[in-house]
Amino acid sequence: MVDKNQQVIDKTLEQEYKYGFTTDVDQTKFEPGLDEEVIAKLSKIKNEPEWLLEWRLKAFKNWKKMSEPTWAKIDYEPIDYQALSYYAAPKQKKNDSLDDVDPEILETYNKLGISLDEQKRLEGVAVDAVFDSVSIATTFKDELAKHGVIFCSFSEAVQDHPELIKKYLGSVIPATDNYFAALNSAVFSDGSFVYIPKGVRCPMELSTYFRINATNTGQFERTLIIADEGSYVSYLEGCTAPMRDENQLHAACVELVAHKDATIKYSTIQNWFSGDKDGKGGIYNFVTKRGNCLGDNSKISWTQVETGSAITWKYPSVIMQGDNSVGEFYSVAVTKNKQQADTGTKMIHIGKNTKSTIITKGISAGEGQNTYRGGVKILKNAENAQNFSQCDSILIGDKCGAHTFPYIDVKNPSAKMEHEATTSSIGEDQLFYCNQRGIKLDDAVSMIVNGFCKEVFEELPMEFAVEAKQLIEVTLENSVG
Amino acid sequence: MIKIKNLEASIDDKTILKGIDLEISAGEVHVIMGRNGSGKSTLANVIAGNEAYEVDGGSIAMNNTDITEMSIENRALEGIFLCFQYPVAIPGVGMAYFLRSALNAHRKHQGKDEMDALEFLNNAKAILSELGLDDSFLKRSINDGFSGGEKKKSEILQLLTINPKLAVLDETDSGLDVDALRTVAKGVNKFKNENNSVLIITHYQRLLNYIKPDVVHLMIDGKIVESGDMSLVEKVEKDGYSWLEK
Repeated sequence: MVDKNQQVIDKTLEQEYKYGFTTDVDQTKFEPGLDEEVIAKLSKIKNEPEWLLEWRLKAFKNWKKMSEPTWAKIDYEPIDYQALSYYAAPKQKKNDSLDDVDPEILETYNKLGISLDEQKRLEGVAVDAVFDSVSIATTFKDELAKHGVIFCSFSEAVQDHPELIKKYLGSVIPATDNYFAALNSAVFSDGSFVYIPKGVRCPMELSTYFRINATNTGQFERTLIIADEGSYVSYLEGCTAPMRDENQLHAACVELVAHKDATIKYSTIQNWFSGDKDGKGGIYNFVTKRGNCLGDNSKISWTQVETGSAITWKYPSVIMQGDNSVGEFYSVAVTKNKQQADTGTKMIHIGKNTKSTIITKGISAGEGQNTYRGGVKILKNAENAQNFSQCDSILIGDKCGAHTFPYIDVKNPSAKMEHEATTSSIGEDQLFYCNQRGIKLDDAVSMIVNGFCKEVFEELPMEFAVEAKQLIEVTLENSVG
Repeated sequence: MIKIKNLEASIDDKTILKGIDLEISAGEVHVIMGRNGSGKSTLANVIAGNEAYEVDGGSIAMNNTDITEMSIENRALEGIFLCFQYPVAIPGVGMAYFLRSALNAHRKHQGKDEMDALEFLNNAKAILSELGLDDSFLKRSINDGFSGGEKKKSEILQLLTINPKLAVLDETDSGLDVDALRTVAKGVNKFKNENNSVLIITHYQRLLNYIKPDVVHLMIDGKIVESGDMSLVEKVEKDGYSWLEK
């Protein structure tokens, strides 16, 4: 059986990445290299206020003093930051009308299954499309504006809502937070901005679709979502990239702020190019995501399905500052071929009666390495804090690995902590059972894995859940497991 | 229906089956009895194609097609159904979804249209009520948290839904209380007709009080040493197996 499984695994490794095409587009691109001048040039193109340039330069100064973190269980050649270009954008300016967008780019999004044409769009989902370093289009802006909801590219927000940017930028992830966050703070080029006013339940799902196209270019986007008192928003994020031989760097920052009684639900389907079967190419995904439950009774929930990238390094976290606030993290991470994922969360309990839930499902196939790294911190004044953590791993084949590193730090004795962890191989007995009922190996594998991930998929908005399921099926096709 | 010739099989280089000959015709119910470790469950698994076992010699044919080298799922589609002794749990996979996938795999193989959700549900509900199970059974994950009795009833539900040509019951009766045993027997009796066959593997007579076998085989150390009618069962109940060892 093992031999047969191995054959099927080998077959998968040869499988094509569906989104690996490139788009031929006339672009403006910086020469490789990073210094103060590059940052000033970037800031100028974006017509940014002086304070923002200073903020960037300060971050850059700090970054130069920092060193790349080495604690994660990932292994890669050192990144040459001077060999990267820090800005690449299609030449056509962003315009309010889709007619002005380069048809090649529209076609790209069509091919990805993301129509930017509002008429053709599924109802109830607004999209911000980020192509390399810039936002191409944002749909349903007018419709959302009727409700007072601001949904636009980060660059626009800097121009149109500088007071909000100044107030919240770096308020959850300080520019000096970590190596990659500092780099992002210095060179971020675009991203999405969301503001939900008091008492408003955002009438549709908001989403950003990130696409890396240019070669040798880092994508550094910045997303900022603010949910004012009593508001609600569900935000989705999707990402793909062409197949290229060299590695590409993606270092994003996502900051969420939930005020009193507000809820933010943030879902990600990350399907960056993962590299070929020999581990050549693929995205290095170093992402800092953090939310602050600033007000009482607020809630932030992260759900992620991570199937792509050569390296995934991300720990979407929640700071529960307000009393009775809630932090959640639901994750499915799949690694195959030579992919490496070191992912998890940090739940920081500051307020009283705060409650966090962590449910992670790691799936390793081929030679993939999958690490869960999670921290739960209960601070001194966090009376009656509660955490429930459940970290399950499943192994497919005998060359992959699953690792779990939970860190728990409790400073208040009233805390209630529960931690469960399991690691299992996809059972030969489960496969035998399914096969005996006439179900093919591939179907059996995707059935078993989807069952394994069910608790997480249930957290995704409907449309995304279907996509996630299909993605898992495609990713694991012929991989037994 | 099924013709097994001089079948030899091993697991981890340990020979278990040492030349089994067995032929079951359509409409027949056969029983294999034997001590623990005599190779009964191995035979059931080898018939189903469990790849943990190595076939070292001999052949298995289903309706004149040699299936000795056939994959597990293709044997299943050819009509072999194994009622597992220890059905495995598959968390998160709903019974209804699983059962419909299995049924439609069979229907597809038979050149029939797939059964839609509604028809499937009506079909399944009728079987459930006969087995004394609640409809909510279909919403549970396969065998996950099932009691011993529920697991075996779930196997019978699958048997009746898929409606195969040959049902192999691997100690389906063990660990069941009298009521569950009756339910299981009722299911098997409902299944069997002149066009299909049943192979029952058991330690005890009690299931045979409800399902009448046509042929009884006694197995010792990987071989069928005696075949006959119901009277063999009574003799085993009374005298055990030692009289067979000479």
